Amino acid sequence: MKSFEYATPRTVDEAVEQLADKWGETEVLAGGTDLVTCLKQGLTAPTRVVSLKAVKGLKGISSAKGALTIGAMTTMGELADHADVQKHFPALATAAKNIASPQLLSTGTVGGDLCQRPRCWYYRNGYGLLAQKDGKSLVTGGDNRYHAIFGNSGKAKFVSASSLGPALIALGATIKTSAREIAADKFFQTPKTENERETVLKPNEIITAIIVPVNGAKNATYEIRHRQGLDWPYVTASVAKTNGGTKIVLGHVAPTPVVVTGNDPAAGAKPLSGNAYKVKMVKTAVKRALAAASNGAKN
Amino acid sequence: MATAAWPEKKDRSLIGKSITRQDGPVKATGRAKYSFDMNPKGLLWAKPATSPHAHAKLVSIDTAKAEALPGVKGVWKDTDLIGEEVRYIGQIIACVAAESEEIATEAAAIVEAKYEVLEHQVIDNDIKFATGRASEQEVGKVADGFKEADVIIEGDYGVPVITHCCMEPHGQVTEVRGGELYSWPSTQNVSRWADRLDDAVGIERAKMHVDCQYMGGGFGSKFSFDKWGIIGTLLSKQTGRPVKLLLDRDLELSIAGNRPSGYTHIKLGLKNDGTITGFEGSVWGTGGGGGYRLRAFPYVFEPKNRKTTMKGIRTNRGGQRAWRAPSHPQTCLLTFSALEDAAAKLGIDAAAFYKKNLNLTARPDVYAEELDIAMKMIGYAKKAHLRTKLDAGPVKRGLGIAMHTWGGLGHASECRVTINPDGSVKAEIGTQDLGTGARTVVSIIAAETLGLPLEAIDTKIGKNAYPASGGSGGSTTTGGISVSTRMAATDALNELLGIAATKLGVAADKLEAKGGRIREIGNAAKSMSWTDACKMLRTGSISKTGANNRTEAQKAGLIDAGVGGVQIADVSVDVETGVVTLIEMVAVQDCGLIIDMKTCESQVYGGVIMGITSALFEEALYDAATGRMLNADMEFYRIAGIKDVGKLKVHMMTGEKYEKRGIIGVGEPPVIAPAAAISNAVANAIGVRVPYLPLTPDHVLDALA
Repeated sequence: MKSFEYATPRTVDEAVEQLADKWGETEVLAGGTDLVTCLKQGLTAPTRVVSLKAVKGLKGISSAKGALTIGAMTTMGELADHADVQKHFPALATAAKNIASPQLLSTGTVGGDLCQRPRCWYYRNGYGLLAQKDGKSLVTGGDNRYHAIFGNSGKAKFVSASSLGPALIALGATIKTSAREIAADKFFQTPKTENERETVLKPNEIITAIIVPVNGAKNATYEIRHRQGLDWPYVTASVAKTNGGTKIVLGHVAPTPVVVTGNDPAAGAKPLSGNAYKVKMVKTAVKRALAAASNGAKN
Repeated sequence: MATAAWPEKKDRSLIGKSITRQDGPVKATGRAKYSFDMNPKGLLWAKPATSPHAHAKLVSIDTAKAEALPGVKGVWKDTDLIGEEVRYIGQIIACVAAESEEIATEAAAIVEAKYEVLEHQVIDNDIKFATGRASEQEVGKVADGFKEADVIIEGDYGVPVITHCCMEPHGQVTEVRGGELYSWPSTQNVSRWADRLDDAVGIERAKMHVDCQYMGGGFGSKFSFDKWGIIGTLLSKQTGRPVKLLLDRDLELSIAGNRPSGYTHIKLGLKNDGTITGFEGSVWGTGGGGGYRLRAFPYVFEPKNRKTTMKGIRTNRGGQRAWRAPSHPQTCLLTFSALEDAAAKLGIDAAAFYKKNLNLTARPDVYAEELDIAMKMIGYAKKAHLRTKLDAGPVKRGLGIAMHTWGGLGHASECRVTINPDGSVKAEIGTQDLGTGARTVVSIIAAETLGLPLEAIDTKIGKNAYPASGGSGGSTTTGGISVSTRMAATDALNELLGIAATKLGVAADKLEAKGGRIREIGNAAKSMSWTDACKMLRTGSISKTGANNRTEAQKAGLIDAGVGGVQIADVSVDVETGVVTLIEMVAVQDCGLIIDMKTCESQVYGGVIMGITSALFEEALYDAATGRMLNADMEFYRIAGIKDVGKLKVHMMTGEKYEKRGIIGVGEPPVIAPAAAISNAVANAIGVRVPYLPLTPDHVLDALA
């Protein structure tokens, strides 16, 4: 791990000032559950780490004007346990609770969940975000059991690691940053080069809060996971039903969360050599999330 | 005179009782110091530089930049390896010692090495990569066996390479001071850890002091000092400072121990009534760059006419090491998958099928008894169904059975027991406790022999300064250390009885030690307290060394070899997600005379959990293109957590029939059957075999597709 400068700003403006406008020169530290691993694995070697721990106003959940505002530095555990979140947004509470590790729940943050880097093992083993070797994708010809079945025609084959992304998109949330407000469904992107990241955030932009509208949507998240303790899901589905219709969003199946448009949630899936099984999982997860939403509380 | 024979049941005050391990509290509270916790003054951290190539010729190693880094105090490079081939990613080529872990890590990363990259091969499941001649073995005539058969049933099965995944990684802290080596390794072989290290580091064997009081798992992978033991010692010598060299998790998983894989095609000949007439199985797999052979195949059931062939695949993976019950978990899975598939195809209940063929096992009566108990424990009669009768709905239940066997004869061992004039007793033995409760076992045996409470024994283990005892492998420790301790304590007691005899006016051979007193056998009126008897020693302690002579001890009924075990798994499988949930697992086990029921049962629980983990989660995944282990971490190399293991029930066989055999080790046997039992239960639940472990959702859905 390369030595770096450690900055502890007190305000959002100070934090932004400390951030470079190029990815990798500086990194943001929230809970640190991903960043510290990335530093240790040499996936990033910033000259400065900007901690948000002392920045005022980024923590906590408040209710006003028909919406819940969740501070970016709220921990996943606080989110999962919050009475209003449980009442209105079981899709979110379930997604957070399913992280299952008490350590991650008490340290990992909501903002961090949205910005964490993919878990692709080629990326994590140092072959780059797009896992290219000699101009070829290591993923396509390699072990891609956990990789994307949607949106994988470009170089990026990894899956979005965010637990909350699909639920926030389904619920029509807005992500508030130091510079702007971004609709949750516009927040994630598929990087085309090693120099891009998985969200539309600028390198010197930080998430400050998430705003989730309380509009009576029946919602739920269903996650297919292997271990009952800490594990990454194979597939998740978050759904929200309103009078206006049903929104279904899939997680862990593409480089970004995937909004389902037609009747068949698996339509358009293009499995790689080793992950066709995920197609069945998508159908199951959606069916079960819809059933859970029908049975569950209104928001 | 006290004799070494184990006391009759009515005379046992500690043996066989459920006794909490003595070092439980210090381990659970973090007071126990492991190798990683050793921080002698002036400690340096060492980090290895490793090969990034799975196969290459090492041309040169340049450590100049690393040496120049402030804080770096020592550098070692493997000059013997220059011009030679590196054979797997992670192979250590150099190592640096520095003032902090961070500096050492940074320095190791800037060691520069040049390679000529060669082609690598890491695929282990395709027989076309097998090299060399197949070893072939035929007993009887397999052709005759198949001729006798009404049906021939064939199947393909496999078990991938898994790792030991010890909670505590390999490595040690070493200090070379005044020409002597002080070493704190994590090892399951304290007495002989340093054997053959002398040549490599230029320190006499007698000047090597090995100390391992606690260790976090070995499972067969921690017998030797390994390359890191040499490097750590040489860096200590070079720098004159203590050096901490323990592997990080990625190296631990990729280079510090692989269990060989096993893939098979099996052909079984059967009568329509389920009688097995013939067996033919070919097996292939990898043990890394070394040789390959799975023993004990077919497993437990040995048809009169049988033939096996075996072929190894050399791969550019880290080397193989003994993994708890070497070969057995693999051959158990391969054999019992084929057996239950055959029973299912014939429409015969699995338990009835096994019972019908028990004459093909080494111990039919024991297996029959254990199978009945296991069936009762799991509620077999109520729950069992044929594979053709599946539950309605997406979540389906199923039962699966597997059996195992193991040796477990106590290893060579010496123990010194000292009785002091103040009444205190010390037992010293160069064994180690890799989790089996060795410390507690020594105390139990000494206390039982001397008629004292457990706490009266000051048991010292974990140093090579003590009388030598064997490595803890092959379920040999409890048998070995119990006999040597018993011998030493008996000898010491007899000397004390001789002294007490004069005072009590009773012949020494009419005396016994019971309840803290020396007394005439059966006559409490003629007695004296233990402390009064010891006072008669004045200033001279009694110190006796006892040994486990295996042949004699086995003849005398103190120890024995050969156990059986039956396990049944009850699972549910969600066929829409592929998720296997273990509901319950029962384990019935015999192991002769049980010394401590609690630590014995704990061994079985631990073995079953480790077996469950291998069934549901474990696989060392290697990437063909890069030759790298993709999941050398605790994220995708999954280990069962408390919520994943279901309800576990253990039943130990007791009673005269078992106990008269003496002590038999139990460390390995319970880990063998779980994977086979669970795989069989999954097949019973969903109606098709998931042919390859682990039973992950993707494998289950692929099998159903």
